[in-house]
Amino acid sequence: MSKDIKIKKGLDIKLVGEADKTVEQAIISNFCTIRPEDFHSVIPKLIAKEGTRVQAGDVLFHNKDIEAMKFVSPVSGEVVEIERGPRRRIDAIKIKADKPQVFKDFGKFDMTSDAAATKAHLLASGCWAFIKQRPYDVIANPEKSPKSIFISANSTAPLAADLDFVLSGKEQALQAAVSALAKLTEGKVHIGVGSNNSPLASMNDATIHKVSGPHPAGNVGTHINKLDPINKGETVWTVNAQDLVIIGELLLTGKFNAERIVALAGSSVKKPRYFKTIIGSEVSTMVYDNGVDKDGNDRIISGNVLSGKQLKPDGSLGFYHNVITVIPEGDDYEFFGWNKPVFNKISTSRAFTFSWLNPKKKYALNTNTNGEHRAFVVTGSYEEVFPLDIFPMQILKACMYQDLDEMEALGMYEVAPEDFALTEFICVSKQPHQDIIRKGLDLMLKEIG
Amino acid sequence: MGLKSNLHNFRQKNKDKKWLPAFSAIHTFLYLPNETTHNGTHIKAADDLKRTMNIVIMAMVPCLLFGMFNAGYQHHVAFGEIERAAGGFFSLDSTFWTMDNFMVGFWKVIPLVIVSYGVGLIIEILFAMKNKHEVEEGYLVTGMLVPLIVPIDIPLWMLAVAVAFGVVIGKEVFGGTGMNILNPALTIRAFLFFAYPTWMSGDKVWVHGAVERDQMIANGSNLDAISGETILGSYAQGNTNVVYDYWDMFWGIIPGSVGETSKFLIIIGALFLIFTKVGSWRIIFSTLIGAITMGLIFNGVVNAGWIPETSKFYGLMNVPFWQHLIIGSILFGAVYMATDPVTASQTNKGKWIYGFLIGFISIMIRVFNPAYPEGVFLAILLMNVFAPTIDHYVVQGNVKRRMKRLKVKTA
Repeated sequence: MSKDIKIKKGLDIKLVGEADKTVEQAIISNFCTIRPEDFHSVIPKLIAKEGTRVQAGDVLFHNKDIEAMKFVSPVSGEVVEIERGPRRRIDAIKIKADKPQVFKDFGKFDMTSDAAATKAHLLASGCWAFIKQRPYDVIANPEKSPKSIFISANSTAPLAADLDFVLSGKEQALQAAVSALAKLTEGKVHIGVGSNNSPLASMNDATIHKVSGPHPAGNVGTHINKLDPINKGETVWTVNAQDLVIIGELLLTGKFNAERIVALAGSSVKKPRYFKTIIGSEVSTMVYDNGVDKDGNDRIISGNVLSGKQLKPDGSLGFYHNVITVIPEGDDYEFFGWNKPVFNKISTSRAFTFSWLNPKKKYALNTNTNGEHRAFVVTGSYEEVFPLDIFPMQILKACMYQDLDEMEALGMYEVAPEDFALTEFICVSKQPHQDIIRKGLDLMLKEIG
Repeated sequence: MGLKSNLHNFRQKNKDKKWLPAFSAIHTFLYLPNETTHNGTHIKAADDLKRTMNIVIMAMVPCLLFGMFNAGYQHHVAFGEIERAAGGFFSLDSTFWTMDNFMVGFWKVIPLVIVSYGVGLIIEILFAMKNKHEVEEGYLVTGMLVPLIVPIDIPLWMLAVAVAFGVVIGKEVFGGTGMNILNPALTIRAFLFFAYPTWMSGDKVWVHGAVERDQMIANGSNLDAISGETILGSYAQGNTNVVYDYWDMFWGIIPGSVGETSKFLIIIGALFLIFTKVGSWRIIFSTLIGAITMGLIFNGVVNAGWIPETSKFYGLMNVPFWQHLIIGSILFGAVYMATDPVTASQTNKGKWIYGFLIGFISIMIRVFNPAYPEGVFLAILLMNVFAPTIDHYVVQGNVKRRMKRLKVKTA
């Protein structure tokens, strides 16, 4: 039985530079970089040392705590560099890609296998990394069994890749992945779709929910909170819809094919569109040929503008991201910027900010903070954009003073940093909400586990 | 590029200096800083604390300007120099909107503003330097509120002492803006009230010149004493024969603290705050509802004949409930004081309870307190103290729901 989700609280941030619905093959990247920091809280144990030749699907490293959890190479080639940070922490593994790609053959998976075999197959093939869990918003612990699995096929984040578009034609792989995942939970696989046109709207072995409303209607956190909120001791898994394709292809063909359709968007991009590329590819293979000035003052973000990661010009596509956003930097002063009427920025108030006059208008925002960091002062504004049944300011403060009991009581098991992206965006005091929540979750993970 | 780059270079050069927060306060006043986001959201909404606070100040400016006219007007009327004005706000007799009235008020009010901001901001900057953070904007609003809620003739040194007390004890000891428990402006007023009660109540302080005249009489001058009592003062004395009609009260041509007399302008300010989403409409409305409720209860007591006409409370209890909103400063308190987001309840449900109790208790104190006929500031301070408790119970509702969910699951 499906239950539709309709939310009212939230905010659609409309930005200039939405990707045109045309797909282009990106220039094949010479190097592929995997950054262990994408896998939050995983301590890597390196397998492929410098100089090792790997095929696409060969193990690069495994989780130090759970040896079965492998992380594999998205391309075939040679490991040329292991970048290390302080205390010999592995920052990045750089692979020089071969021209013709060779895939490791994991073998066609028998879809009638039981849960244990499915789990082992996903762990060994590196596909486990796509499955994340709540609480704590980290890669799922394979020893626990989730009460349900959530997938969002509705993208509401600003300039997000349109999942209906990028997933079209992949129904077979999606179905294989959904069916395999359904075996791993005692509960249901919940899929939230924006419309019936979604390729995921007709999946078997899953419950389909129609989701409507402003952002964060597309966040899995919202779906979980409305459908099956997490209680203490329970686990819910989540998978990004586009990663189901990679999982499905592995099951059907035996290949770990890390190809992904990525949106290149943002107001600094002259020709925003979609690209077919590979996880870990250098963003320079897409960005500069499409109207981004090479020496322009722009911010390149792997992911969306709300919770993506800032990249250097030589950076590479993050493991979980399906959008690259380029927006102008805002490192300039603005004369009397704090009191003059504002027409070119978004605001939820009407404090001489006029975005309420024209809700359809698209904005070209830059990275300026529009003010300095302050203590929490204004109340009641977060609640307007926060649809979860949680008190946002109270839980943030509990994280700041590190009161574990209070964090638990207020619903910390249910949230991920991205749920607090909108409250961070509108925060008058410019507090780093997502960072506060991430640190709070890390503390809980360490103390409670 | 002129000023912009000069200021930027100056900041870069003096990055490590201790006094940088003082410079920053001026620099960020002129220019929105060049700060950019890092990780987290890469874009931010347009509002910052300066903009928010500025909106509150703008909502108060009409009250301040009107206060200047009214101060001069009350002075001239009390000294018998002009006739009492009649008519509506825009059609008042020519004796009210005069340059002369304005200038008398201007020269009395501006020093109050300067002392309030001067003393307060110096303390803020010192604490910002000591605690190595930027100067926060909270005092911009407090500094504007203070001149509006004191009697016109308050000696400036008293105001300075009170501001210093209010900012240090009311705010900085708790950690500065955002951390305080009591509304700083009301802490300042409470300090004045309890330390110098003769300057904060009675029938002399509300009209410019009345105290001076009293001292001259005491020194043997053969002059008539000036009496400029507030309406609440008259009622509390059992004197129900008030010379002002309700329209006078509504438009604000009555004696009182500098900025709180014009209910009309306060309502305009309230609408502005609600429209801009800066002030909490929940608190404003629930305060008024609370006040009306208490007023109705007292009216009911009078109508039921439970209280003899000779009782000293009879006069104020007999005031029709709606009049409680236009006499005294309940409206000013509801709009500008109770809505301070830091000291009010922070949950939406809590705001309703918090506001209602402020209104309810204000009128109760107003009626029953014989020494001091206005209860709004005491009611707000009292509820400031209880606001975290109200929030606690509201939040516990959410926590209990979560616990219940868990129990159902595990049962």
